[in-house]
Amino acid sequence: MHNLTIAELVRGLKSNQFSSVELTQHFLDRIAKLNPGFNAVITVTADQALKAAAAADERLAAGNAPDLCGVPILHKDIFCTKGVRTSCGSKMLDNFVPPYNATVVENFEQAGAVVLGKTNMDEFAMGSSNETSFYGSVQNPWSTDCVPGGSSGGSAAAVAARLAPGATATDTGGSIRQPAALCGITGIKPTYGRVSRWGMIAFASSLDQAGPMARSAEDCALLLSCMASFDEKDSTCIDREVPDYSSSLNNSVKGLKIGVPKEYFSEGLNPGTEKAVRTALAELEAQGAELIEISLPNSGLSVPAYYVIAPAEASANLSRFDGVKYGYRCEDPKDLQDLYTRTRAEGFGEEVQRRILIGTYCLSAGYYDAYYGKAQQARQLIQQDFTAAFEKVDVIMGPTCPSPAFKFGSKGDDPVAMYLEDIYTIATNLAGLPGMSVPCGMVDDKPVGLQIIGNYFDEARMLNVAHQYQQVTGWHDQAPEGVDS
Amino acid sequence: MSWETVIGLEVHVQLATKTKIFSGASTAFGAEPNTQACAIDLAMPGTLPVLNKQAVHYAVMFGLAIDAEIGKESAFERKNYFYPDLPKGYQTTQLEKPIVGRGNVEIERADGSKKIVRIHHAHLEEDAGKSLHEGNFRHGVSGIDLNRAGTPLIEIVSEPDMSNAEEAIAFAKKLHSIVTSIGICDGEMSQGSMRFDVNVSVRPTGTKELGTRTETKNLNSFKFMEEAISKEVERQIDLIEDGGTVVQETRLYNGDTKVARSMRSKEEANDYRYFPCPDLLPVIVTDETIEELRRNLPELPDARQARFVEQYGLSDYDAAVLGSDAAMSAYFETTTEKSGNAKLAANWTMGELAARLNNEAISITNSPVSAEQLGGLIARVADNSISGKMAKEVFDGIWAGEGSADDIIEARGLKQVSDSGALEQMVAEVLAANQAMVDDYINTDEAKRKKKLGGFMGQIMKASKGQANPQQVNQILAKKLSELL
Amino acid sequence: MSIERHEIEKLATLARIAIDDSTINEVSRRLGSVLELVDQLQAADTEGVEAMSHPVQAIQRLREDEVTEINQRDALQAPSPDIEDGLFLVPKVIE
Repeated sequence: MHNLTIAELVRGLKSNQFSSVELTQHFLDRIAKLNPGFNAVITVTADQALKAAAAADERLAAGNAPDLCGVPILHKDIFCTKGVRTSCGSKMLDNFVPPYNATVVENFEQAGAVVLGKTNMDEFAMGSSNETSFYGSVQNPWSTDCVPGGSSGGSAAAVAARLAPGATATDTGGSIRQPAALCGITGIKPTYGRVSRWGMIAFASSLDQAGPMARSAEDCALLLSCMASFDEKDSTCIDREVPDYSSSLNNSVKGLKIGVPKEYFSEGLNPGTEKAVRTALAELEAQGAELIEISLPNSGLSVPAYYVIAPAEASANLSRFDGVKYGYRCEDPKDLQDLYTRTRAEGFGEEVQRRILIGTYCLSAGYYDAYYGKAQQARQLIQQDFTAAFEKVDVIMGPTCPSPAFKFGSKGDDPVAMYLEDIYTIATNLAGLPGMSVPCGMVDDKPVGLQIIGNYFDEARMLNVAHQYQQVTGWHDQAPEGVDS
Repeated sequence: MSWETVIGLEVHVQLATKTKIFSGASTAFGAEPNTQACAIDLAMPGTLPVLNKQAVHYAVMFGLAIDAEIGKESAFERKNYFYPDLPKGYQTTQLEKPIVGRGNVEIERADGSKKIVRIHHAHLEEDAGKSLHEGNFRHGVSGIDLNRAGTPLIEIVSEPDMSNAEEAIAFAKKLHSIVTSIGICDGEMSQGSMRFDVNVSVRPTGTKELGTRTETKNLNSFKFMEEAISKEVERQIDLIEDGGTVVQETRLYNGDTKVARSMRSKEEANDYRYFPCPDLLPVIVTDETIEELRRNLPELPDARQARFVEQYGLSDYDAAVLGSDAAMSAYFETTTEKSGNAKLAANWTMGELAARLNNEAISITNSPVSAEQLGGLIARVADNSISGKMAKEVFDGIWAGEGSADDIIEARGLKQVSDSGALEQMVAEVLAANQAMVDDYINTDEAKRKKKLGGFMGQIMKASKGQANPQQVNQILAKKLSELL
Repeated sequence: MSIERHEIEKLATLARIAIDDSTINEVSRRLGSVLELVDQLQAADTEGVEAMSHPVQAIQRLREDEVTEINQRDALQAPSPDIEDGLFLVPKVIE
């Protein structure tokens, strides 16, 4: 059952081939057995899941249930789940049980999906390897001495290991796409403002966006249709009709103009990855798409701009964690300043502290113009590059990551080495565009991903292209060894 | 050495909206701690702000009332600092693009001369919560109540155009009058609805350069503001004359103990690291909205004062006293309407009522004698049902809660006797019972007879328990006595 | 590039994060390396380019001024570390 896609599960549930309770129990058993090997799931909500599954079965029996009714999923532990511990991968929230649901969680609940638990992640979504979690690293199911990518490493590994057919995740600089690529699965970060950020613990408010991870574009389309909604509680959420993403999957890609940025194929790109990506592009060309070389000249500014803007916003977003209203509090604070400085020094891990300090620096008096001001201007330039490109092409494609999954600790000493992992994904967040990754090959027995970048609110087309690609290739069907037992 | 003073004010005005600026929690005064602090106000993880339309409209109305430029596109910024009553660790405020720009406020000095105080700008921001240093909790800690957190404020910043405490108070009172008149603030100083920060500096008379200024924060009474300014001016002058220099610092003034002190000034000035708030989008106010608000703007104090002179025939002085305070003018007008006598209404409102309210430190909005009730009382004086003297007694009765003027007149049998038949009888009886006085009167010289009338009046008033209509009695007495001559 | 010790201490104070003396050098080194990365921005020609604060082309929605939140103090204070009498308790605040 765990090898069925969500689309197949939906059909199976509706035609009574199996019940949601059976399905849920099956995945709960798999998590119990296999998760210790990956550490992808940090909270399992078995009782609630079985209750929800039973309720879903009743709804299915009554007929007319929504598509995802009875389908088990996992939520990245960044989404507030009412009554269930939501840690954001941090000691700071190790004891935090929210009294409210994130809108994303609420949407799935309305649809009757079954929540199996919460997945591991880089602390406060800051990281590209899931090595910064308070709950320990996540192992990549393809190669357990390697990272799964981050920050949504738990969700990616869980889906790859078939611990759940789909999972929610978030992407601020590549945190859906990069782990999707490194774990050989499909993930999409929608246009900024497509999915509500209410109840999604904030890292960098103008960059964060929630999206689904699953084993195919078809499955992602089902999940995204549920996740996307207009939410009045989020001022940055755009009021725009949510299309039925599944209905346009089968459009032809004939005549599709694919932009291939030359800056995404420069030095630093693993040759094996490049080969796999170019093969994928050729595959689409064979289907009738047209490859057009484009230039995104300000690409080189992406990583520097991001590492000013994201930490700056984060430094303010994380100020609320002060030991006063909720979360971790240091023992016996001797005065107010001690309460703050020790709670935050003990509650936050090293990477989080580093980013807060960087953010504080970039915003401080005397540095604002040179750093924050400049970065916001660079952001404008980067967006202009994309706007110009989309006048000539329909979608943009290239590698998701510079190389396949790397070994734990290999980027340890130099934070910048880790930051460069996001070199191809970051620009899309800065521009607010939608981005996606689909598996397109193996290098050194590890998966690599093809990135698809679309124009604003063009998720339907991206999912369509990805689906067409997946109809003629089998990378997305491959499973890591040892996962089937 | 002669000195001149330069004063600027920053005034925080709580807007009288029903809900907070960024959440739908109530702003009603006096609730139990933290019962009006929702998840957004508590800065719980994943919560987001949505802007209150009424707060925007109230801010624009203020701008219109002072003839200011309206910021048709304004933006919010984050002001970052740590304090327990600031749950997010930043205050959402406006800096670069405030909603109201330059404007003017005219003040009138005691000598009748006028002066314009320029407004630099007014911006929207959220209020912080409250720290309680003692209460129903253990020793050695402070208790934080976040009910007030998120209440909408406009901060009004003046240019340093005031030259002495009198002008500063006049300005403060004028602002109070304006904001209460247009209905954007309830003006309850004791509840913290308006708070003043005073920037004071001195310089040798005739010089142009500004001296170093100090800021005395959080004054919430005109009296305390006056005291604080006078004290600070004296302190600065003494300091400089003794060879010292004024240090730029923040100060507090305790109106109860009359002590002013510096606020932990040894610490480095806070670097607030302002940056645009990514959770809130640009605030647009259309020309249509501005015109509609302008059309519906309630009467401004200057216009009202002029109208009082014209409509009610009040003197300039009376019109100024009654017209400047929104609550008092509303009271006066209702009293006038009910009683039909503006002059009496003015006298009673400014006289008897104001004195008693002042004595017992009650605001006119909480007056135990309502405008309707006072109007009812005045109507009975105007129609001669009771004498002026009786009226005071009735007033006290209404204050004590005995009911309306009519209720009390009825209950205590205070109705002035004006029935000529009854009075005739009364006078006749008194004359008959006082033959000696009558004889004395007849035998007195004509020129000296007037003086003797008082004696008869006294007896008649005594006999009628003070309820005889004196004017009528006079007439009847004169007639009867002349018949006896 | 490295950041001066006193700068780190200033940042740590602004951000209210206690940094152990023994780690300051390490912190300084790593921060310095990140700053070298972001310094690459200086080479960009941004003359006349507007700053981009929001990736969406939209304006702020306005909410009707109606009370929508009921008193949920107990539920919202359940995650709190120190509550008495409905108040959040902190070490004494000195003004």
